[in-house]
Amino acid sequence: MKYIDEFNDPDLARRLLDEISATATRPWALMEVCGGQTHSIIRHGIDQLLPEQVELIHGPGCPVCVTPLEVIDKALEIAARPGVIFCSFGDMLRVPGTDRDLFRVKGEGGDVRVVYSPLDALELARRNPDREVVFFAIGFETTAPANAMAVHQARRLSLTNFSLLVSHVRVPPAIEAIMTAPACRVQGFLAAGHVCSVMGTAEYPELAERFRVPLVVTGFEPLDILEGIRRAVRQLERGEHRVENAYERAVRADGNPAAVRMIEEVFEVTDRNWRGIGLIPLSGWRLTEAFRAYDAEHRFDVTDIRTEEPAECRAGEVLQGLIKPTECAAFGTTCTPRTPLGATMVSSEGACAAYYLYRRMNGPTAQAGQAPREEMNPVA
Amino acid sequence: MPELADTTVDPANWTCPAPLRDQPLVVMGHGGGGALSAELMEQIFAPAYGNPTLAALADSAVLELGGARLAFSTDAYVVRPLFFPGGSLGDLAVNGTVNDLAMSGARPAYLSAAFVLEEGVELTVVERIARTMGTAAEAAGVVVATGDTKVVESGHGDGVYVTTAGVGLVPEGVDIRPQRARPGDAVIVSGPIGLHGVAIMSVREGLEFGVEIASDTAPLADLVAAMLAVTPDVHVLRDPTRGGLAASLNEIARASGTGVRLRERAIPVPDAVANACGFLGLDPLYVANEGRLVAFVPPSAAEEVLAAMRAHPQGTGATLIGECVAEHPGMVVVATGLGGTRVVDLPLGEQLPRIC
Repeated sequence: MKYIDEFNDPDLARRLLDEISATATRPWALMEVCGGQTHSIIRHGIDQLLPEQVELIHGPGCPVCVTPLEVIDKALEIAARPGVIFCSFGDMLRVPGTDRDLFRVKGEGGDVRVVYSPLDALELARRNPDREVVFFAIGFETTAPANAMAVHQARRLSLTNFSLLVSHVRVPPAIEAIMTAPACRVQGFLAAGHVCSVMGTAEYPELAERFRVPLVVTGFEPLDILEGIRRAVRQLERGEHRVENAYERAVRADGNPAAVRMIEEVFEVTDRNWRGIGLIPLSGWRLTEAFRAYDAEHRFDVTDIRTEEPAECRAGEVLQGLIKPTECAAFGTTCTPRTPLGATMVSSEGACAAYYLYRRMNGPTAQAGQAPREEMNPVA
Repeated sequence: MPELADTTVDPANWTCPAPLRDQPLVVMGHGGGGALSAELMEQIFAPAYGNPTLAALADSAVLELGGARLAFSTDAYVVRPLFFPGGSLGDLAVNGTVNDLAMSGARPAYLSAAFVLEEGVELTVVERIARTMGTAAEAAGVVVATGDTKVVESGHGDGVYVTTAGVGLVPEGVDIRPQRARPGDAVIVSGPIGLHGVAIMSVREGLEFGVEIASDTAPLADLVAAMLAVTPDVHVLRDPTRGGLAASLNEIARASGTGVRLRERAIPVPDAVANACGFLGLDPLYVANEGRLVAFVPPSAAEEVLAAMRAHPQGTGATLIGECVAEHPGMVVVATGLGGTRVVDLPLGEQLPRIC
């Protein structure tokens, strides 16, 4: 298939793997920032093919996972109100708030709809002038331009029944938070290609210099990821720490200026809570004062909803590569894909989920009748 | 610029939301053919009227009655829109039940058809569905012998629902059920996968993928007869409808206590399906089919069965996609194109398009 098979070629992959093996003379730990990259790595089994010296640490780039509990609770509160059409990307419907999820609200009679674009939600608002249409605007820099465009269009069309529940997050402050954590062992990054295709790479040289880490902008197909790893390992072996663009077909240094302008017109930088991580300064966007009329939090008066999140699992340590999943006391006992405690057991790309499945696949506990029926929900 | 927060991030406490499982209400995923559907069966229906026949969890029940071996099956059909590229609710209602019977090796003979109509639906729509059912029944060689009609008030239905039940005769010496999968069995799929699910999605959601994708809905009893003519010792047949190939193979692996190992590159995924799934973040292995079957066949008969399938109009795309193994019992594992492996698990409910 044109443009997909080319980036999936086993012979080229083998050559890249051989080169990575030949280059890596000692152990290196790389973090792929984006959940889409993690998904591709697991889907194609890239982690199993890499030489032992090269370890991949899964980053926090899963927009569904990091949306704060209190924002989910706000979404549930708004979606349950009569007269509201609550629109969301599909994978947010299954994410639990304090005591329910959007599927449950839908089952209870709420008008919750899956859309593929915020502009679809805008169209719903246009067609239903007697209803309030709310779009759940979550995600990284990748989804922000379209969400900004939706609210920009709403104003242009004088639509007064459309609003956004905004929970946008930004990658560079997250990289900074990871690198300043005391136990951090990340030595290089595969930067998220889609984020850079919007924002460009201007924010990265300072991070690479300050933390002395290679940052290689990387795509999502198997060969993209192997090429990103190859370049990051080559830099590490040479003692370099630069920003490299290994995704040139999609990423220009200045990104997409029109998209950035749209973001800057509608959003302003703000501190943002990340679910399971905590507050990261300047790591999010919110609507500017000029667009406050389109802010669902204010329109539905849910700004006061505050939620305490229980933290009882060691997913963070797994994510940093500090412990293997099997070293956690809850692994495979109280924490399974059916009853997960944390990120790494929830989704199919999670390290704990992968260990759980592969241990059972190869180990003595894998018995007939104990076959998996747990969910492996690719949420990121 | 907002104020800077003076907070230290502690990634050691990173956690991530877990999906809620103990739903007190029915959610859409309960009908998705995945883990939630299985829970409904195991926790509610099986305890209520469980029996050994039901517990076999095959697509149709095989019953001894008056000296004959009857296959018996029922299915309810709810689909939006009622008409879609490649088929209609009527085609599905006939082919779906015909195929459930065929997956026991039966020759389908008679169907019933029950309509639940919503007040206000145009009679021409009902007529059109009935006509497509008549045509599909004729093509499948079955007779719609009995039926029923109910009407619900406006707003209490989704236009038209159809339930069909069917019976057929299972030939002597044929014993096809999920429990019969054996290590060494060849795993064969009868043609390209994912077309039905993507066709429905494209018209329901108004998505355009550059080419029109038509449903694969088709009756498979004739194809099964052609396979049984080669060997009556076909071990397992399944039509991978809701939940797709992944759900069917997981059910077979669990029921038989064997493992399934697939070769990703061998699985026939049409370009249009692969592109649409790539666009939406879906996995073709989980997308519904309506005119495909997956077969577990003893290795000694595999080549001959494949040849017979390819000679049949419904099996021209038949492909060997993997094998049944003794390792990792109950699990489905796929060897990726690059040489790695990954587990293909039972889906929870329906697949959800990803944000990115």
